Amino acid sequence: MRRLVGPGLALAAILLVPLVAPPYQTLLMLPFMAYAVILLGLNLLFGYTGLLSFGHALFIGIGAYTGAFLTSRFGLRSLEAILVMSAALGALVAAPVAALCVRYVKIYFGMLTLAFGMVFYTFVLKFYRLTGGDEGMPFLRPLLLGRDLSAMPKTEYLVGPYYYYCVAVLVIATLCMWRIVHSPFGLCLRTIRDNPLKAAALGISVPRYRWCAFMISAVYAAVGGALLGPPTGNVDPTLAYWTHSGNIVFMTLLGGFTHFFGPLLGAFVFIYLQDLVMSVVPYWRLIFGALLAVIVIFAPGGLMGLLASRRRERATLASGA
Amino acid sequence: MQKIFNLACGSFYALGAYVGVSAVQAFTAAGGPPWLFVVPLVVAGLGVGVVGVVVERGLLRYVYERDETFQLLLTFALVLMLEDVIRMVWGTSPRSTSGLYLAYGQVRLLGATVPVYNLIVVAASLVIALSIGWLLTRTAFGRIMRATADNRQMAEALGVDLRRVYARVFTLGTALGTLGGALVIPATAAMSEMGIELIVEAFAVVVIGGLGSMRGAFVGALVVGILRAVAISVFPEIEMLLIYLIVIAVLVLRPHGLFGAVPA
Repeated sequence: MRRLVGPGLALAAILLVPLVAPPYQTLLMLPFMAYAVILLGLNLLFGYTGLLSFGHALFIGIGAYTGAFLTSRFGLRSLEAILVMSAALGALVAAPVAALCVRYVKIYFGMLTLAFGMVFYTFVLKFYRLTGGDEGMPFLRPLLLGRDLSAMPKTEYLVGPYYYYCVAVLVIATLCMWRIVHSPFGLCLRTIRDNPLKAAALGISVPRYRWCAFMISAVYAAVGGALLGPPTGNVDPTLAYWTHSGNIVFMTLLGGFTHFFGPLLGAFVFIYLQDLVMSVVPYWRLIFGALLAVIVIFAPGGLMGLLASRRRERATLASGA
Repeated sequence: MQKIFNLACGSFYALGAYVGVSAVQAFTAAGGPPWLFVVPLVVAGLGVGVVGVVVERGLLRYVYERDETFQLLLTFALVLMLEDVIRMVWGTSPRSTSGLYLAYGQVRLLGATVPVYNLIVVAASLVIALSIGWLLTRTAFGRIMRATADNRQMAEALGVDLRRVYARVFTLGTALGTLGGALVIPATAAMSEMGIELIVEAFAVVVIGGLGSMRGAFVGALVVGILRAVAISVFPEIEMLLIYLIVIAVLVLRPHGLFGAVPA
């Protein structure tokens, strides 16, 4: 029960944010929740299976553009339908991509995913008539559970119904991922990460498990991508650019990829720190680049890794006394 | 050579370009004759290569023992930092050495009009490629470099000072990147995004040619360059798309590239 305390407190805090925090801070929580969903998926691949994707922006882009197409071209405005369609399209695209990518590991895997991501990016950028090119596409305000809220002022809509909708999606996504990670399937993934040869010798079909992990993470990225659209009301190709893939990997590392909730912490810190830094100086990349370098060199376990080692220190002190 | 996939090479290229522009502007402002503008350009390009030492000693050497993933992320950190450094120093508007591009005039070649400067760059890149080839295959330093790439522990056991080799190799790579950036500047303009955009192209070149193969990189560059030129005139919409599709085809069919060695 004790390990439920942290996440439970965090959830309570998230639920209270719109009531106590000013709207501006609340609005920053929306991308956080979208990225949280994306990172849960990314970390299944990176933290649990040991495959670093540098092309997950591809699936974020697919989710976001699915929502934009459905709302502004087909008049389908139900957010549930959008999320389901995003997940389905994400899976559809991911199936062949994953089948090709999982044949490689390490740097080749990263490069191949990057190449696929850039194919989608150039496609979106160049086919101006279909996708609006670099101007992007409008993502109209979706219906929530069939309720039309277009009469509401935008901020009120976003910090109210839409906020709690995102919380619900995030909670469901987290619970599903928790089940996946703690199932025999999740255990197999970790075995593959630590020792692929041994896993194969134990009768685990390594490529098939990697493929499944890739598929799940792509679906998560697509759903999270669709959630990114409504707050800005617009989607554009930079969502699919390779530096965006780099940023989400950065968030994962910042929070700590060895811990289930690490990436979520990373996304939270990344978004609020970026906002803070940008309000002081425009050069957030310089500071974040330095921060990333420090993490990679001195604290590869990320923030969660630092917390865990402090807790361990305290435990050893206590047992010594 | 070092088996590091350097995402930041594009940023070095952009850095070289900006410093090149500034050097040429300072040169003309000081009253240097226009026909000599290549000299400050090359000097600046090679000079900025010094950042390679700083980066290698200051950052990269900490992660040689780690997983490749962390090396990749560290170079991504460099991409972020260098982009903002460029913005801080040179601002966001594009910089160019206007007018100097045609300082050497033009010649008619096979029915097309070609600025002489383009021919100079072509000649320079051939010279560089040949001298790198010579360095790698004919000198003691080249042999040490290749031996280190092949088997690091063995090389160290035979008395190779790994730290010095790595520092030199990385600096050499950086200097080539910055020189390339400086050389391309008279023909275009320096923009802060050019580094991030170049990296995907450089990545295509290296993948098509094969990682760790100099010959492959040269052929890959030719393939990408020619394909882009053809695609721009035939189907402009799929220009870059075509390159990525070829990259994927190469990665799937020949993961080690056209000239890359297949590890045992």
